[in-house]
Amino acid sequence: MRNHLLPWRIDAFWRGLFLLAAACSASVFLLVFVFLLHESAPALQQPGVEAFFQDDSWHPTSQHFGMLPMLFATLATTLGAIFLAVPLGLGAAIFRRFYAPRWLAPIFHRLIEVLAGIPSVIFGLWGLLMVVPAIAQTWGGPGQSLLAAILVLALMILPTVTLTADAALARVPGSILMGATALGLQPGAVIMRVALPAARSGIQSGILLAVARGIGETMAVMMVAGNKVQAPWNLLLPVRTLSSNIALELGYASEAHRAALFFGGLLLVSTVLLFLLPQWCWPRRKSR
Amino acid sequence: MKPRSIFSLLLLAGLVCIVSCSRVQGHGGEENRLSLTGSSTIAPLMTVLAARFEQEHPGVRIDVQSGGSGRGIADARNGVADFGMVSRSLRAEEKDLLAWPIARDGVSMIVNQKNPLANLSREQIRSIYTGKIRNWSHLGWEGGPIVVVHEAEGRATLEVFLDHFGLQNEEVRADVIAGENEHAIKTVANDPRAIGYVSIGTAEEDIRQGVSIRLLALDGVEAAKSKVAEGQYPMLRELNLVALQEPVGLAAEFLAYVRSAAADDLIRAQSFTPLAH
Repeated sequence: MRNHLLPWRIDAFWRGLFLLAAACSASVFLLVFVFLLHESAPALQQPGVEAFFQDDSWHPTSQHFGMLPMLFATLATTLGAIFLAVPLGLGAAIFRRFYAPRWLAPIFHRLIEVLAGIPSVIFGLWGLLMVVPAIAQTWGGPGQSLLAAILVLALMILPTVTLTADAALARVPGSILMGATALGLQPGAVIMRVALPAARSGIQSGILLAVARGIGETMAVMMVAGNKVQAPWNLLLPVRTLSSNIALELGYASEAHRAALFFGGLLLVSTVLLFLLPQWCWPRRKSR
Repeated sequence: MKPRSIFSLLLLAGLVCIVSCSRVQGHGGEENRLSLTGSSTIAPLMTVLAARFEQEHPGVRIDVQSGGSGRGIADARNGVADFGMVSRSLRAEEKDLLAWPIARDGVSMIVNQKNPLANLSREQIRSIYTGKIRNWSHLGWEGGPIVVVHEAEGRATLEVFLDHFGLQNEEVRADVIAGENEHAIKTVANDPRAIGYVSIGTAEEDIRQGVSIRLLALDGVEAAKSKVAEGQYPMLRELNLVALQEPVGLAAEFLAYVRSAAADDLIRAQSFTPLAH
């Protein structure tokens, strides 16, 4: 068997081994999806999919299954966090690549890497003990709120955005930048008009990665969001995301309630897919 | 990719599915093993009780897994576990199961230490939780808007609370839904305006460690473990072991052990109240 990249025949043994690795990683997603479908099947029949979108409240033990506010809350927290983290992360990556003094750049990079490794429960605890009281004192309200969730989540996805943007900027060939400079462009213009567009696809996939992580983040958000089920129209009031909902209630749920929570999981995975889909359907341009 | 390699990929994926789906069944039938699943309130207690029982009965293995009272009911019903752990009384639709109480746990209203109110009546607490009273000034303290801390649906503490105050979960107007006892305690400790309810045992332990919360007396009875032991304190829950049938052999022996006076010190150490023997 020939591969389009390699002109020689591939060793059968290695091919088998790598195929196994590929099959394992591919089947994990399929398995998870099939599992979610299987577990939520009772809820899909009774109360049925419409109930999840039309019921006006979430009281699963008394047969009210409205999940729409939680779906909106999930989107609001994620998009809010992206809105904060992308400019900040992009700025940090540009600073480290083009402006940081030679001695500072690697230290800064290590710092961001460490930030990426902090467990989410630590972010949650920090948010609960520092961010939440600060919000309550400044603007009133219970403090545990959409705003607290957005702030904590933004910090958590910041390293993802920064590190991928940094790596994408690093892959821009120096010759392009030198060429642009030789044509008389100011440094600012070289960065904004040449480097950033050249690194666009890498930066984009970093943002998508951050979106996927934001949608799924559970522990930290659960600790600071207040978890009241309501539509996210006010930054200072609590919300409950789909993932927090599962973590909060799964341990205590049985029968229809349990199946409803798995439907929430299905909704969560579908939302992530929806964000990734455009990238699959319209493959990005070849950057080089 | 060629059709053949797609086929083998699918085949492998299928194999992985089959392997992962054929899970190991519970150890219900084995001679020297017992398994308990359910309430995360009872699981830590059962873990230490099981360790002592194992020490006194060499060769015996007891497996304790937490996953909520709901799981305890389900696992006891379909025989996956020898006992389910359920931190409330059985409901009418669960009467197909047998239940044995092993200890009691009181649930107490908590407020921040900065809150000067010594006592809240049953009606006042009902009004706070249904949103009829929204500001501490209605109760004689200029503390600002009340932050109502509630628990997630299905939790045993929540059911004890709703039961005691005769509330439906739909009527409750909460500001914060706490994930677990510690989350509720941290929320109240951090916000002078907050009110919540948690297990007395957990709260007393935290107060001893200097967390700034205070237990509120209920119906004129002080919220303390001693009052729970005497059965005077009104907002109580029962910690139960449940099973489908009367246990035999090792299971019966273990059940008798955890309900005997020999278990009392461990039950007290976990901040629960042992039964009267």
